[in-house]
Amino acid sequence: MRLAAFAFGLIGLALSAAGQATALEPEAERIFGSPDAPAIQVLSVTDLAAFSPVLQDYVDRHPDRSIRYVQASSTQIHAAIHDEGAQFDLVISSAMDLQMKLANDGLAASVELQVAGLPDWARWRDQLWGIALEPVVTLASRQALGDLPVPKTRRDLIALLRENPDRFRGKVAAYDPLVSGVGYFLIAQDDQVSDGFWRLAEVMGRLNARLFCCSGQMITELREGRIAIAYNVVASYAARFRPDDPDLVQLAFEDYTFAIIRSALVPVNAPDPEGARDLLGYLLSDPAQRLIADSAGVALIAGTGPAPVPQLRPIRLDAGLLVYDDRLRRAGLLSEWRAALIQP
Amino acid sequence: MMRGLLDPTRIVSLRRRLVWQFLLLSAVLVLGLFLVVGWVAERASRASQDAVLGAAVTAITEGIRSVDEGLELDLPYATFSMLGAMGDERIFYLLTVAGQGVTGYEDLPPPPSPATDMTPVFYGADYRGARLRLASVGRMMLIQNRLQPVTVTLGQTRLGQAAIARDTARSAAWAALGFMLLALPVALLAAQAVLQPIRALADVMGRRGPRDLRPVRHATPRELTPLLRALNGLIARLRAALELAETFIFEAAHRIRTPLSLVRAEAELALAETSDEATRIRLRRMVRAIGESSRSANQILDHAMVMYRTDQYAAARVDLAALAHDGLRAIGPIAEMRDIRITHDIAPCLIEGDERMLEIALRNLLDNAIKYAAPEGHVDLTLTCTDGQACLIVSDDGRGLSDDPAQLIGRFRRGGNVGDTGGSGLGLTIVTEVAHAHRGRFQLKPGQRGGTCALLHLPSA
Repeated sequence: MRLAAFAFGLIGLALSAAGQATALEPEAERIFGSPDAPAIQVLSVTDLAAFSPVLQDYVDRHPDRSIRYVQASSTQIHAAIHDEGAQFDLVISSAMDLQMKLANDGLAASVELQVAGLPDWARWRDQLWGIALEPVVTLASRQALGDLPVPKTRRDLIALLRENPDRFRGKVAAYDPLVSGVGYFLIAQDDQVSDGFWRLAEVMGRLNARLFCCSGQMITELREGRIAIAYNVVASYAARFRPDDPDLVQLAFEDYTFAIIRSALVPVNAPDPEGARDLLGYLLSDPAQRLIADSAGVALIAGTGPAPVPQLRPIRLDAGLLVYDDRLRRAGLLSEWRAALIQP
Repeated sequence: MMRGLLDPTRIVSLRRRLVWQFLLLSAVLVLGLFLVVGWVAERASRASQDAVLGAAVTAITEGIRSVDEGLELDLPYATFSMLGAMGDERIFYLLTVAGQGVTGYEDLPPPPSPATDMTPVFYGADYRGARLRLASVGRMMLIQNRLQPVTVTLGQTRLGQAAIARDTARSAAWAALGFMLLALPVALLAAQAVLQPIRALADVMGRRGPRDLRPVRHATPRELTPLLRALNGLIARLRAALELAETFIFEAAHRIRTPLSLVRAEAELALAETSDEATRIRLRRMVRAIGESSRSANQILDHAMVMYRTDQYAAARVDLAALAHDGLRAIGPIAEMRDIRITHDIAPCLIEGDERMLEIALRNLLDNAIKYAAPEGHVDLTLTCTDGQACLIVSDDGRGLSDDPAQLIGRFRRGGNVGDTGGSGLGLTIVTEVAHAHRGRFQLKPGQRGGTCALLHLPSA
């Protein structure tokens, strides 16, 4: 009982995090290739629609294999692999801290792969392999901004929101860190890098910002005009709409723009590690990297797509990521977030 | 194979043995260096990594704050990042309050003795399939108005450290191997230098004449002195034995010769006094046999004399021409008896040598010539003396040589065509030995007009 005292006030948060980790509830599921061929089980956060060209290309090249692709949220994926012993061959997630924890806790198998050009910071040992670099951007609706200037930095954004509270009230969107693993991770990064972030959080709270589970929903809301600005959106989701939607403005802030690494690992209990290795090898190969860089807007392996812009800050895959998963740290950060966002 | 090479009874070459031993020793050194450097590097890198780990766990503990709701812990990202940097280490941590896990890995192995102050307790443990190095520190904190012990434990895998130790040891082994290769020629040279005195001694021994029984006076290293002493002892014993034998022969011949002369004189007297033909024939044969015997005794005596004087060789100035004249004079009566004509051409000649030995050689040569010359034949003696070379040639017109001249020089060897003539077979041996004692050369060859030609070359003064 004494333990409860230490976690006082955090219990609600912990419960809400644990509550989601009951059973895997796939957001989408699809089989690529012939249903008769042996299937490689892939559990991934990546939007099925965004990833299907790559997976289709793989099964086209390997007619003797098929892929069962299961899409779920990053916290669900982590819980499924870490606590529930779910059996998958390849686990793909953008929640770098959770992926790192899986590998650190010994749940990722070593995979022998020779990948030319993969940066050191995009892999951990031979267990965690970065497969995509995903810039995290802010999206804005041109129509909603009207004649206001397009913000170039977070400071500009804070000023913009402060000066036009009526225009943006209830029309600012952000990740809900309680629900989204990526959302929490990005807030932790913002907290670490910039003091100004909490001012932004407070401004967003004052404007009754709406919180979402995923990038996709934010984009939908934005496109439908119910939202003017979406903060911290994974760029690859926006990429599908941007070319044919002139209203969508993508802002890569000049003070800093994070790029998270979407990474893949083969669990130690994978039923088909050989298939997983083969698929992973393909994902890191030149043709697949070109397809991935096409949707992410930036190349992970130099030469396969557009080079990163100077303000882009890739987050390294290393043991430092473990601190974000710490219970006390998470609790402290989330309580601060709630204090900033939920104002009386 | 190694044992075979190290077994002293099987070693054919000392040099090879030395080199093999060097190689074996070097290999042991390389292995030893590999192990020792690996161990030292492991210890050194563990000490430095322990320092980092200890600093990290201390920093984390100092970052714990007591707040209204309980504890606040800001795990430092940079610290974790640094801990994991070397070799992508896995990192585990645990924060406990009063023994209850608050955050981190609650099943992390506890330290063997509880950490009570800020001095880290280091220990190793197996956890989640990996070998961990852990550090634990403790601290008392006021939490919710109660003083409670707080413990922070931080563990990391040490793959990077192991790899560094392994690499260091491997580098050391390679370096040692390189040095060994560099040292190999040096070892060869050293082996050569060590063996040099032995080789020099062997050379000195090899250069000695077969009859040279002087003690070996050669500077050798201390280690070889016993061998040299033993060798000299052996030589001395051999020499004593030889001397005894020579003395014995000399004495024996001498003691036989005198009674023989007496017997001969008696036999000749009896021959003069008897008129019975059968008895005379018998007595004549007796006289002849006695002559042969005394001749042999003389030659054995000569031989013993030559051997003895060779050992005690002391050169002096000798007038070879005078010796030749004396020899001719001495042989004169016998030649006259057999109607043999003697001619000579003697140039003045001085040499360094032993007069007694030279006289014996000359007498034997002339004896042989007279003995084998044709009846009423001709013997010629020529002595020339040109650029440091005296040449004495004695030629006859007798039956010549039937055998290889080199064979005839051997002791007690006689030609196949001399069965009718008495002789011991020692004459030419004596001449040859005298020639050798004077560092000269003796040669037999067929004469230009038949017969035999004996040449004695001697270095002149």
